[in-house]
Amino acid sequence: MSKKHDTPLLDELEKGPFPSFVTEMKMAAKHSDMSNDLLGHTELCYKERVTHWKHGGIVGVRGYGGGVIGRYSDIPDKFPGVAHFHTVRVNCPSGFYYTSAALKEMCDLWDQYGSGMTNVHGSTGDLVFLGTKTEHLEPFFAEISSRGWDLGGSGSALRTPSCCLGKSRCEWANIDTMAITNDITQHYQDEMHRPAFPYKFKFKIAGCPVDCIASIARADMSIIGTWKGPIRINQDEVQNYAKKMNIQAEIIDMCPTGCMAFDGKSMKIDNANCNRCMHCIAKMTKALRPGTEQGATLLLGSKAPIVTGALMSWVIVPFIKMEPPYEEFYDLIDKIWEWWDEHGKNRERIGELIERLSFPRFLKDVGLDPHPAMVKEPRRDPFFFWDESDIEK
Amino acid sequence: MEKEEVKKIIYELVEASTGKKKLKQSDILKKVSADHGIEKDEVKAALRDLVDAGTLIFTYFGGSFIEIPPK
Ligand code: HEM
Ligand code: HEM
Ligand code: SF4
Ligand code: SF4
Repeated sequence: MSKKHDTPLLDELEKGPFPSFVTEMKMAAKHSDMSNDLLGHTELCYKERVTHWKHGGIVGVRGYGGGVIGRYSDIPDKFPGVAHFHTVRVNCPSGFYYTSAALKEMCDLWDQYGSGMTNVHGSTGDLVFLGTKTEHLEPFFAEISSRGWDLGGSGSALRTPSCCLGKSRCEWANIDTMAITNDITQHYQDEMHRPAFPYKFKFKIAGCPVDCIASIARADMSIIGTWKGPIRINQDEVQNYAKKMNIQAEIIDMCPTGCMAFDGKSMKIDNANCNRCMHCIAKMTKALRPGTEQGATLLLGSKAPIVTGALMSWVIVPFIKMEPPYEEFYDLIDKIWEWWDEHGKNRERIGELIERLSFPRFLKDVGLDPHPAMVKEPRRDPFFFWDESDIEK
Repeated sequence: MEKEEVKKIIYELVEASTGKKKLKQSDILKKVSADHGIEKDEVKAALRDLVDAGTLIFTYFGGSFIEIPPK
């Protein structure tokens, strides 16, 4: 398709070193009327500094209460290509593994039924297919479901669970994140596709406290792998590290709880005081490994700032095995949801409800015993920040 | 109670509140099970039939609701 709209403001966003969504939109516009009008529509929104998108309403596929997010232009006469521009969420596989054949197939289908534009992945997890018309929803859904795909969650429902790649590639994984994610997804199909909660609910599963999926900040329930007992130490490897790094300065002095010692020969850890920050293990991968009794910490309540401010997850179960069939875990989840259903207001996340009614009340009502390890905000900031010396390198 | 009967009760409840108050799935489960002394799961199964048939639909407006589809 030839160029339809001039986009001087959007063009600015193609300058600079980073990949540009404008470049991607222009590529899609070559073969899609929808993307062509999307360029013009977005340019106008930028120019007038006001959004011309409307959202919500009634779009979806029969039998499902979610998975499709309705978007409409409020100036469809000017931009008929984006009169409808609905987003389809497709459930991602655990650990985000695809074959290139599967991705190609999905992209071909999206060229046929949608704008050709995708967002892989949205923060929620799903493969996000951006922009289609109401009449294309059922045929697209029929095509993908016949190939074994399904829609993800949206609205006041369980959102598509997601995880770090865990045991498939990472030696620090204390739990099988991919198996757990798949099990939760299958176990709660009804809660995903038929919205029945006061608001959204997300599970994110990380294999260890490094928390590559930022579960602690982005999941109503954060499941984070951990261990009990001593960190495994290979003293020979400690010696090898001693030759190439300053163990005292880089490890011992940086242990947040000051629970480590190194006398030049052997390393000692006062494990009772280790808070499992992963610093030493991440820096001395060959010498240190998590302990052998592995499981997870369950935390509840984090969310991004939408209705009220951001929250971080709060420890509610310091240690749980997390092995199939996960009975103890599912029993607890069902109790938590029942409590939320009973007391939550419309659009109140579980973390906000706990803030409103108090943590002691929550523990009492769902039958958990208070414990000193129920730390609030165990880590203030889960994101990695580079310091200036890193950037210089 | 027969499933068809539960479906009728649900439909009438949604119809009666149309234009007054949007009902969430949990509102329907709570009310029908309390009023008629039946298990929530039973109400849920009947409601699912209605949604699968397209007689009732999920809508979204800052939250997810059960409504009668527009004509
Ligand atoms: C410059 C333009 C835009 C900006 C800066 C922007 C920003 C964002 C951000 C920050 C998120 C959350 C991140 C995420 O969940 O992946 C998001 C999500 C989303 N946006 Fe946009 N957006 C833009 C354009 C659009 C357009 C044009 C549409 C559709 C008409 C749209 C629909 C959505 C939807 C449906 C989601 C949720 C995606 C998910 O499931 O993760 N956005 N947007
Ligand atoms: C005008 C301001 C913003 C808009 C329009 C916006 C929009 C969105 C949207 C549409 C989503 C997807 C929500 C969903 O999954 O249903 C999202 C998610 C998210 N946003 Fe924003 N956002 C804004 C500001 C921010 C800010 C200031 C932050 C952080 C400081 C932030 C962090 C996030 C995160 C972490 C998520 C993922 C949440 C999760 O997966 O639970 N957003 N945002
Ligand atoms: S969260 Fe831990 S287990 Fe998962 S990929 Fe990151 S480092 Fe590995
Ligand atoms: S994991 Fe963190 S707290 Fe524990 S010993 Fe290592 S550096 Fe110290």
